[in-house]
Amino acid sequence: MSDEFNKELYKTDARWQEGEYTVTRTSVWTAPGCHNGCGVLLYSKNGKLEKVEGDPNASFNRGRLCLRCINMIEQVYNKDRLKWPMKRIGEKGENKWQRITWDEAYDIIENKYNEIKDNHGVESIATLVGTGRNSMWQPAVITRAIFGSPNLSFGFLSGDSCYQPRMTANLIKLGDCVISDCSQTHPLRENNPEWKKPEVIVVWGNNPLVSNGDGFMGHWIVDMMRLGTKLIVIDPALTWLAAKADIWLRIRPGSDAALAMALLNVIINEDLYDHDFVENWTYGFDDLVERVQEYPPDKVADITWIPKEQIIEAARMYAKAKPAAVQWGLAVDMQMAAMEASSAITDLMALTGNIDVPGGNIIQRYAYNRSKKYGSAIEYISEEMLLKRIGTYESPIHESGYTPFIPPDKLLECLETGRPYPVQMLWLQGTNPIANMAGEAPRVYAAMKKVPFCVVVDLFMTPSAVAFADLVLPAAMSVERDSFRAWWTPLRSIAKGAELYEQCKSDEEIVLDLGKRIRPDRFDQYNTITDYLDQLLQEDGGVEYDFNALVERVNDFWDWDYTYLKYEKGLLRKDGQPGFVTPTGMYEFTSPLFDVWGFDMLPHHIEPVEGPYTTPELMREYPFILTTGNRLWGCFHSEHRQMPTMREIHPDPMMDINPDTAQKLGLNEGDWAWLENRRGRCKQKVRFNVGLDAKVVRGEHGWWFPEKEGAEPTLFGVFDSNINNLTTMGVHGPTHYGAPYKSTICKIYKVTAENDQLSPTEIVTRKGGFGYAKK
Amino acid sequence: MPKSEEAVQMGLLIDYEFCTNCHTCEVACKKELGLKPGEYGIKVLEDGPRRNPDGKWEWNYVPVPTSLCDLCEKRVAEGRKPTCVHHCQSGIMYYGPVEELAKKMTGKPNMVLYSK
Ligand code: SF4
Ligand code: SF4
Ligand code: SF4
Repeated sequence: MSDEFNKELYKTDARWQEGEYTVTRTSVWTAPGCHNGCGVLLYSKNGKLEKVEGDPNASFNRGRLCLRCINMIEQVYNKDRLKWPMKRIGEKGENKWQRITWDEAYDIIENKYNEIKDNHGVESIATLVGTGRNSMWQPAVITRAIFGSPNLSFGFLSGDSCYQPRMTANLIKLGDCVISDCSQTHPLRENNPEWKKPEVIVVWGNNPLVSNGDGFMGHWIVDMMRLGTKLIVIDPALTWLAAKADIWLRIRPGSDAALAMALLNVIINEDLYDHDFVENWTYGFDDLVERVQEYPPDKVADITWIPKEQIIEAARMYAKAKPAAVQWGLAVDMQMAAMEASSAITDLMALTGNIDVPGGNIIQRYAYNRSKKYGSAIEYISEEMLLKRIGTYESPIHESGYTPFIPPDKLLECLETGRPYPVQMLWLQGTNPIANMAGEAPRVYAAMKKVPFCVVVDLFMTPSAVAFADLVLPAAMSVERDSFRAWWTPLRSIAKGAELYEQCKSDEEIVLDLGKRIRPDRFDQYNTITDYLDQLLQEDGGVEYDFNALVERVNDFWDWDYTYLKYEKGLLRKDGQPGFVTPTGMYEFTSPLFDVWGFDMLPHHIEPVEGPYTTPELMREYPFILTTGNRLWGCFHSEHRQMPTMREIHPDPMMDINPDTAQKLGLNEGDWAWLENRRGRCKQKVRFNVGLDAKVVRGEHGWWFPEKEGAEPTLFGVFDSNINNLTTMGVHGPTHYGAPYKSTICKIYKVTAENDQLSPTEIVTRKGGFGYAKK
Repeated sequence: MPKSEEAVQMGLLIDYEFCTNCHTCEVACKKELGLKPGEYGIKVLEDGPRRNPDGKWEWNYVPVPTSLCDLCEKRVAEGRKPTCVHHCQSGIMYYGPVEELAKKMTGKPNMVLYSK
């Protein structure tokens, strides 16, 4: 990565011929892959992709790529890839399929839809989606505009605990979302004259180098370090960034809200806060001052297991650095106090005057407001139909529309009880719940089995497809799609660089095909995908050019996104007045909205539901705090397990443990160990992590084994190493947001021939689950 | 390549202070050289993590080009950078004449220079 590259070879055109190769310059954004949309050069010959290079002219990644996109050929032409639509011919779980045409597949869907509409009502169709990739607006449009159902949900992600708590806290407090400013919003990057380097970055609850979460390219942190930025890292485990940080706060999992309150306490009581911002732009500061007195550093040291001196030192370092940014991540969401921690951390940004300043936390909207993501097509749902949303009226924030989902925990209850009505059909697009995001996966497995009809749109035959699907539809990969990306900035083309593999179709084509069949009144106006994309780009005051013009541009930075101090300039509010998009027009330390909804108006700590201070007696049997979900370099969540190159790097699921603890348990590195609690157990391989607290262990998620038998009871071994045998559903914070995925408890013991007679997958698929689970 | 340049020895300079073990160089190299699992043209080695007497953590990754590395002969002939250099996520790999690279490392700690 550097500015010096061969400008003749690396053109700024969108397409060119290079010898036998057609080169397409565009971006990729799944499937498969992560939250990012890196700029790539796709080299193809006769429609077949031959190689991929990072685009040095893309200021997002500047030529860099992670191993996954470099390995694109192995992904696209993988022998296990789904090739054509298939319908189930055996029992569910037998993995017996018959090849059918798309027309036959659509016939089945249309007939089923009509039958459900006539006999049960379209609301009994529910859709499950995965995390933020290019499969967000598409399933939302299929669900709402085509089927007419209001029921869209994360694939049983308990407590909507992926970015929803952080975004919602941002929206409630300041009306917009903020991201850490590493210069990525401007095409000139660090050379933008207005930009300043963050003096300090607080890396909170993520390992961005590996996770690349929320559209943030993790190695931007390294770019900043090379410019001299100092780090404060908040993580229970020692990561490479933590090792390089000036301060590493080794937090007890699930106590982030308490830590944030203590940092606020120090900054307020030592008068290190930004008086100008607080006086002119905020509401409710006095209440916050009062509340933080309940969180002195010595008390919080006991809650978080972080020495008091370190808390004070970190507070001073962050508050004195001008500017300073917080790069936060998923761990903030995956706890009981997700909304509370998110609110308190946002307060830290505001209190120190780091909101929307260069090198701080900059306010971002989707480029040219061109993305509605999961919220798409909500306008097609009538008031009457909205009232039928499952579980939504038990959660005021969901009801108010801050999150475009129905609460996943409530959907599970609905599947289990048939109340308020039985779900007749599940549509899964870009999600593999039992392998990945579903908490208490064996319980979700049992519930999903009850749904009469299920369609899965995916790249590979997944455990969820084998277990539940009646119909499997093969999706196109990113390099085969015409689409675009507007998640943050720039607006990026996703242009086809290779012909579709076998009979695959892009998510966009599936939208259009189904739309024309079921709702011609809404979709016959579009002849091609391009027509539809044109509309998405242009409607409601969008860009003036069309999709083909975006393909030519490759990317387009929106000046609004790189404008600083937008609240001073009157750029946030519809009325053009300075201020924020909140009821008071101010940044809200106390949230009147929270009061309306019956929640505490101020952030506070909530203990994990299981742990040393809530269930000390249980800890005698399950003495370790279990944290999960640390990312793998080569595999995005449950993806990439089919790729030989990725499995060379990640052959087995790994659990991390302090070497002294392991020794006491008679475990050596490389041994298989059981992780077990009241809900179930799974096995992973022991890896030593010298930085972990002796009482904390960490297990990987997303593991299944495509190399194993697909049919039940093996089911690709999906429950054998599944950390979600131990996590929860239906346990979340008071706001309905945040679940303790990263703060449960467990015991650890060695796997032996005697205690490994029946595999966990067999126990779940054949014996009805781990019987001793307490519901 | 003109004759006068033939004698110039080329190499790779790596600022391992910022190597994150992202595996990009390893995989990029495998793809370029057409290597199978278990074969490497460059391999990242780990030192640490371990605590120093001052309490700070020591944790280094150092990529080591193997005997299979041909300095991306084919790519370089096409006017490209070696693929590891092009794609390195931290942007800490440099390709060039070893004498120039040696100058570049002057004054910057934690760099290694590999000759071919
Ligand atoms: S998988 Fe890697 S290279 Fe591809 S978009 Fe994500 S970060 Fe970029
Ligand atoms: S220069 Fe080319 S061959 Fe050598 S290690 Fe780098 S990628 Fe491999
Ligand atoms: S690509 Fe760069 S940062 Fe990544 S492992 Fe190789 S040398 Fe290190």
